[in-house]
Amino acid sequence: MLVPLSWYIILSAVIFSIGVFGFLARRNLIIMFISIELMLNSVNISLAAFSHYLQVMRGQILVFFVITVAAAEAAIGLAILIAYYKNNPTIKVDEINLLKG
Amino acid sequence: MKYALIPLLPFIAFVLNIVFGRNYIKDRAHWIAVPAVFGSFVLAVSAFTDVLSGNVININLYSWITSGDFHVTVGFLIDQLSAIMLIVVTSISTLIFIYSIGYMHGDGGYYRFFAYLSLFVFSMLVLVMANNFLLMYFGWEAVGLCSYFLIGFWFHKKSAADAGKKAFIVNRFGDFGFGLGVILIFLTFGSLDYMQVFGQAGSLLGQTIDLFGYDVDLATLICLLLFCGAVGKSAQIPLHVWLPDAMEGPTPVSALIHAATMVTAGVFMVARCNPLFNMSEIAMNTVAIVGGVTAIFAATIALVQNDIKRVIAYSTVSQLGYMFLALGVGAYSAGIFHLYTHAYFKALLFLGSGSVIHALHHAKHDDEQNMQKMGGLRKHMPLTYRVFIIATLSITGIPFLAGFFSKDEILWRAFLGGELGRFLWLLGTIAALLTAFYSWRLIYLTFHGSYRGGEGQEQHIHESPKVITVPLMFLAFGAIFAGYVGIPPLFVEHGDKIGEFLAPVLGHPEGHGTHVQEFFVMGASIFVALAGWIVAYTMYLKKTDLPQKIGSLFKPIHTLLFNKYYIDELYSRSIVQPVLKASDKIILAFDTYVIEGIVNGLPNLIGLFSRKFRTVQTGFLANYGLVMAFGVLCIIGYMIFVR
Amino acid sequence: MEDIIYNQLSYPILTWSVFLPLIGALVLLFMRNAHVVRWTALLFTIATFIVSLPLLNNFDKSTHKMQFVEIHEWIPTWDIKYFVGIDGISILFLFLTTLLSILCVLVSWKAIETKTKEFYMAILTMEAGMLGVFVSLDFFLFYIFWEAMLIPMFILIGVWGGQNRVYASIKFFLYTLVGSVLMLVGIIVLYFYGGRTLDILALSEIQYPVKMQFWLFLAFFAAFAVKVPMFPVHTWLPDAHTEAPTAGSVILAGVLIKMGAYGFLRFSIPMLPDATLIFVKPILILSIIAIVYGALVCFAQKDFKRLIAYSSVSHMGFVTLGLFALNTQGVEGGILQMLNHGIITGAMFLMIGIIYERTHTRVIADYGGFAKLVPLYAGFFIILTFASIGLPGTNGFIGEFLIIFGAFKARMIWGVLAATGIILGAGYMLWLYQRIFFQDARTDYEATGAHPVSDINVREVITILPLIVFIFWIGVHPDTFLSYMHSSVENLIKNLNMTTSYAEYENMLVKNIMELF
Repeated sequence: MLVPLSWYIILSAVIFSIGVFGFLARRNLIIMFISIELMLNSVNISLAAFSHYLQVMRGQILVFFVITVAAAEAAIGLAILIAYYKNNPTIKVDEINLLKG
Repeated sequence: MKYALIPLLPFIAFVLNIVFGRNYIKDRAHWIAVPAVFGSFVLAVSAFTDVLSGNVININLYSWITSGDFHVTVGFLIDQLSAIMLIVVTSISTLIFIYSIGYMHGDGGYYRFFAYLSLFVFSMLVLVMANNFLLMYFGWEAVGLCSYFLIGFWFHKKSAADAGKKAFIVNRFGDFGFGLGVILIFLTFGSLDYMQVFGQAGSLLGQTIDLFGYDVDLATLICLLLFCGAVGKSAQIPLHVWLPDAMEGPTPVSALIHAATMVTAGVFMVARCNPLFNMSEIAMNTVAIVGGVTAIFAATIALVQNDIKRVIAYSTVSQLGYMFLALGVGAYSAGIFHLYTHAYFKALLFLGSGSVIHALHHAKHDDEQNMQKMGGLRKHMPLTYRVFIIATLSITGIPFLAGFFSKDEILWRAFLGGELGRFLWLLGTIAALLTAFYSWRLIYLTFHGSYRGGEGQEQHIHESPKVITVPLMFLAFGAIFAGYVGIPPLFVEHGDKIGEFLAPVLGHPEGHGTHVQEFFVMGASIFVALAGWIVAYTMYLKKTDLPQKIGSLFKPIHTLLFNKYYIDELYSRSIVQPVLKASDKIILAFDTYVIEGIVNGLPNLIGLFSRKFRTVQTGFLANYGLVMAFGVLCIIGYMIFVR
Repeated sequence: MEDIIYNQLSYPILTWSVFLPLIGALVLLFMRNAHVVRWTALLFTIATFIVSLPLLNNFDKSTHKMQFVEIHEWIPTWDIKYFVGIDGISILFLFLTTLLSILCVLVSWKAIETKTKEFYMAILTMEAGMLGVFVSLDFFLFYIFWEAMLIPMFILIGVWGGQNRVYASIKFFLYTLVGSVLMLVGIIVLYFYGGRTLDILALSEIQYPVKMQFWLFLAFFAAFAVKVPMFPVHTWLPDAHTEAPTAGSVILAGVLIKMGAYGFLRFSIPMLPDATLIFVKPILILSIIAIVYGALVCFAQKDFKRLIAYSSVSHMGFVTLGLFALNTQGVEGGILQMLNHGIITGAMFLMIGIIYERTHTRVIADYGGFAKLVPLYAGFFIILTFASIGLPGTNGFIGEFLIIFGAFKARMIWGVLAATGIILGAGYMLWLYQRIFFQDARTDYEATGAHPVSDINVREVITILPLIVFIFWIGVHPDTFLSYMHSSVENLIKNLNMTTSYAEYENMLVKNIMELF
């Protein structure tokens, strides 16, 4: 039994919104990272769905790229986070404004 | 070709002395310099005889500057005019070099002195022998350089350093005109070679040139520009201010450079360019008037000065005025004649005063040039006294000494020169009166009366050594007999040998007068010479309180003359101070505040802007996220609603 | 192509000359001992000088064509070539650059004690860059060298400079960079208009529309005027000169600021003849202002080095005046005066460096009576002073005379105004000389400092002597040098055909400016 395309899109949109909300509302850096991952993966879902629907492989290839970038981003982000945490034992975003102009 | 050695010998002496002088030659410098300049003298005499037999030597050595159609060579021209100048320059140089051996003995910069002096002789000879305007300009500037070195020879004295600098810069004002004149000559004639330029001089007639919108006679412009140079170098009004100050230099320098040779370069140059000057009446009249006015102007200042060398310096300025007066009325040969006699008696006056200063230096261990502190030196320095008398008789124009013939020739030629000429003659005659007065005043103050210098010094004053007095005697000989080459035809038919000799270069002066007129002119000048003598005799020997009384009676005039008409102050206030002030207060301020202000203002403006703008960066991740989300919403809104 | 002459020598002489210093810099990279570094640097500068000498010998003076040309494909896609060659205008600058580089190494022998290796690397890189600018005939190559030159200079000032060095170096860098960027825009425009080529010779052949020339000229002018430096964009120069180490000042005065004038000669005048004629009057006015203004500022200076820097502004005013007199005498005088200024002012800075090592002060008022203290030094300095004033017999006279002659020929008033600069020049230079060398010493160096003031030593005499020789050589026999440039300058002037009158050109200037608003 085939799942209609719209379901995928709705799922993707819901997850994306959760991600956006999480990114904006939460103050914990790790949670914010997870939110970003959520957003990226929601896009992946829609990419894969469209790829299947349109029978074009490009979308799925792009998904791989996104996954790679997401992994790299998470790795670097977490590394920075740990490095930062060693100096300032906090991961509350409200207390981090090193790049203030 | 061997005549190229004439300037080269002193140059070699210069190089040897300046390179090896400090460590090796030291106080043996004269063993190099004197033979070199004497060698030049011998060669100059040989060149003179060559010219006398009718040869004019004109050789190009090598091509100096080539650029497009501009071309100038290094080359020498020895004709009648330069031959006479060569004799004057080398003979007087030789005597003064010998004199300097005694005068400069024991000075720390002995080798340096002879080096500079040799360089000067080299430059002067190049100036005289050049066969084109640019090479003359080379010599012209180079003598100025040597003058700078020699005036400032005792550079630890501020006054000496100042005077040297002043001489150079004032001369630059004149050279500014001279240089432009040279350029204009090339643009007009397409050459700077004397022969070619003078050959085409006739084409100047009636040519005009556009000068800042005015049509100006080309010949007049060229001649006046050249004359600017002469005014500077020969210390005529208004650029005479450097010469009296130049007396800060050692006395042999004053004698050689600032009396006998360098300062006459202007006269020589105008005489050399006579084909050009003949094309412009305005220029000629300017030359004559500047000369006449300077003659009397400088003489008035000399009346009241107390510094022995300054009196002679002003006398030099005045005599140079005579020479220009002669040139201006077209009597070129008379001007050169006076240049030639003047060289001997003026050098003699300077060297004589040097002898006095030298003697007093030994007595007081300090330089004394104030005549009010001298007096009674006749007894101690009989020889110096005698040569001084000879020089004074010569300069004041007492008959049958050198100065009489040349001065008389000038006044006579001026007398013949129309209305302007008569006026100039009057100026010249009055100047002669003043000359007689201040010259005898100098003698009486220095040699007569009693010594006023201070206790216990008088017995230490002795006559100068032979090395000083022998050149004096040679010069005295010249001061008496040098004039016999130019006896007026009034006395001896064809007596004016020098005039005839120079005629191929300088032409014959125009105008003829009666014998009666000529006797009148001569009588007038003899009369004023005697009158000046008598007045000086009364005032400074008989009634010695008279100068005081007259001085206080005409106090404003005395002050004015004593302060040299305040010309130095005028220049200082109107040129020197404004330039310094402008550069300090206006230009530098402009540079630091306006230009730098704009340059630094631009980055500052950007900085100000960015300081305001950077507060947007709060550093809070949440803010960025919010803005991002807002941006995304905007884009989505745009996609949905607008497109 | 027929208007070039390929290199006839058995080896690529220009490439060798340009890259030998660069190789030297690389070699230095692997050295440690400061003393070895000095000797190696000296060796490489001398080697470069010797390698470049055959250029003077084998140069064909009878033609204006580019000589010793080497062409190699580089980036064919954009038609970028490695294209080098010299003509009568650039050859003398090569010579000057290689000569001054040797002297820079020599004068820094004792003065530079920190980061010696890096210092000499910077000098050698600098030399390569400067030589590259003078030989490049491809715009891409030219621009690379042009910008590459800035970096070592920036480092020289910023690292080994005086107290205010950071400010001065950044100012220097920004100033010149802003100009260069505009030039880059101009080059790109030329590239597309000229049929996608960067060959300077090919681009010089093209007739550009007048309107385009106008803007191109301005773009190039921005770069070159800053470099010269012309009034009113001169203020980087005093700062840079004052703060730079001696060798930096020498290079700056000797070669770097010649680049601007060289640019005018190589690009602005031959490529944009109409625009040149349009702009000639404003440029001449700026030149005159620079001459008088630069001289007047000198009177107010209290700093030895700064005074000489400002005198450079005045002297470079003479150069631009000569170039834009646009006649043979003016241009040849201008080129010669560039050479002269390199020699005289270069030597001046060497001398200042030498005395600064002993007194550690640049304030004029601290000097006085030095003629007695250091007679040999005073003797050398007076030669430089009079060469700078333009006394006949020295090189300064020949250059200034030809320039004033050219200006006078172009229009009387320019010549007259320029000549006033000579009076002022005598004023400030002699005053400077008096304050430093005459009268009595104002500071007792024996008592205050640990550095007794000694007269110049043999190494320093060797440093200064070549320049003194050239001062007199050019003064007495300038034809040796002038003869190199005759054909090239004739050709330059010949190609400047005036299509309309001066008045018309002035109208065009006004019109083009009005269109802006």
